[in-house]
Amino acid sequence: MTRAVTIRGAGVVGLCVASELMARGVAVTLIDPWPEPGEGACSWWAGGMLAPFCEGFTAEEPVVRLGQEAADWWAAQGVAVQRRGSLVVTLDRDRRELDVFARRTKGHRMVSGAELAALEPDLAERHDRALFFDAEAHIDPRAALAHLHRRLREGGARFVEGSDAPDGPVIDCRGLAAQDSLPDLRGVKGEMVVLHTRDVTLRRPVRLLHPRFPLYIVPRGDGIFMLGATQIESAERHRATARSVMELLSAAYALHPAFAEAELMEIGVDARPAFPDNLPRVIRKGDALYVNGLFRHGFLLSPVLAGMAADVVTGRNETPEFWHEDHG
Amino acid sequence: MPVFYETEVTSRLMLGTAQYPSPAILADAFRRSGAGIATVSVRREAGGERAGQAFWEMIRALGVHVLPNTAGCHSVREAVTTAQMARELFETNWIKLEVIGHADTLQPDPFGLVEAARILTDEGFEVFPYCTEDLVLCERLVAAGCRVLMPWGAPIGTGLGLNNIYGLRSLRAHFPDLPLVIDAGLGLPSQAAHAMELGYDAVLLNTAVARAGDPAAMAEGFARALEAGRLAFEADPMEPRDMAAPSTPVFGRAKL
Repeated sequence: MTRAVTIRGAGVVGLCVASELMARGVAVTLIDPWPEPGEGACSWWAGGMLAPFCEGFTAEEPVVRLGQEAADWWAAQGVAVQRRGSLVVTLDRDRRELDVFARRTKGHRMVSGAELAALEPDLAERHDRALFFDAEAHIDPRAALAHLHRRLREGGARFVEGSDAPDGPVIDCRGLAAQDSLPDLRGVKGEMVVLHTRDVTLRRPVRLLHPRFPLYIVPRGDGIFMLGATQIESAERHRATARSVMELLSAAYALHPAFAEAELMEIGVDARPAFPDNLPRVIRKGDALYVNGLFRHGFLLSPVLAGMAADVVTGRNETPEFWHEDHG
Repeated sequence: MPVFYETEVTSRLMLGTAQYPSPAILADAFRRSGAGIATVSVRREAGGERAGQAFWEMIRALGVHVLPNTAGCHSVREAVTTAQMARELFETNWIKLEVIGHADTLQPDPFGLVEAARILTDEGFEVFPYCTEDLVLCERLVAAGCRVLMPWGAPIGTGLGLNNIYGLRSLRAHFPDLPLVIDAGLGLPSQAAHAMELGYDAVLLNTAVARAGDPAAMAEGFARALEAGRLAFEADPMEPRDMAAPSTPVFGRAKL
């Protein structure tokens, strides 16, 4: 059995793979130009929603099925998982969008009146109905990355600053940087905003369906709210446009006018790595194993993908779901 | 099949490339429908500094004609600049010209549209203007050099179908030889079939396909409807009449 593995990339995928390998008794070294959790990884900018059922509106079936394992996995690592479900609403003009969303997703029920008011009083003032996905959860992604990092370090994992591939078994979890060896990989730009306000009390993620500016808001506690996220076919990683930020802020304002007075804490931008079907892959190419293409499902699917990669490395399951052989 | 600026296309269906669940599903929609033209937004997708190269490569791999558009432009200058950028990026003189006049309804600004069409035609572009069914506007666009017209059926993304049958019919009658394309507002294949029955040459869709539960199946549904509607148009349909007329004569029927 493989006793030691090098992991390239210390974003959410790399950290999850390292955790799964360490749990199987494999010694891990993580190599990354930015080995500490931070802006170098696109997972730093994630929403942290563990919402497999909502994602099923546009994502394919495996995302819904396998994403359901995420909340338990993160909780088992010791990460604070908020299991309060999530809500989906529309503005009055777009009422029918909610019916379409309900028709194409599972794991929800329509709530209104007193029940909605008990869940989110702020929403009940302005919305007469919402879809409630009670099995969904959310985490603070930055806290989760820091937590995994700390646990790995305590468990003996080494973090090395750098980008060169070393000798020996390698699992490549570099995200978009792996475009140099995975030609199918593309970037999907996302922009996000972090706001601070004491005037909004949302306790669970809320999605606003809008024909032009769909939005989600994830509460991070202490009056911090993350607004996300645009989805643009571009690998550009650094430039947030005024248009995108304006759209996010207008949608948030439409959801609750108190966001107008919120403090603008942060504008974030990065590009998600994705394959053409927007599903992740575990790829054997030459001597390396690649785990990539997590798209907008880094925190939702990394746990399962990490388990699969660790199974391959330790010989438990040589050809898991999402397995690809690349002979190119 | 329709001919746009001396280029004959293989299908009466044009598809937009935004809002699909994934590029793989987008490619499926093209495969199943046989759509011959892909419109691409220059401003946001596949745009600036080649950052959208991967997406653009996927569009190219579809093997269809690419019609870049100026979606999201609200002024003549923006539209002209975007068109120039598109020509460089996509190596084509074709440009679907959008000059948005109203932020909410996204309806075209007819005045800016004519001005931008004139500028771009002078610069050698082959302009596909997104316009309304207003006859006078369309005459001005043709005078500005447009050899294709793309009137809306209804506002972008509404799926309301053909809102002004009279206007669309009279446009067809006034421009019997010009390719006419219904751009925007279609939600169902029956509406596309209706456009064909009116003698329109093609339709352009995006939301109706991309936001369907099964985009590829919906694209195929539209393709079949277009075929049916076009066959009906070419078959010279009967005129509706007020009086019922039995297809089997009553006279001379045996009395049993």
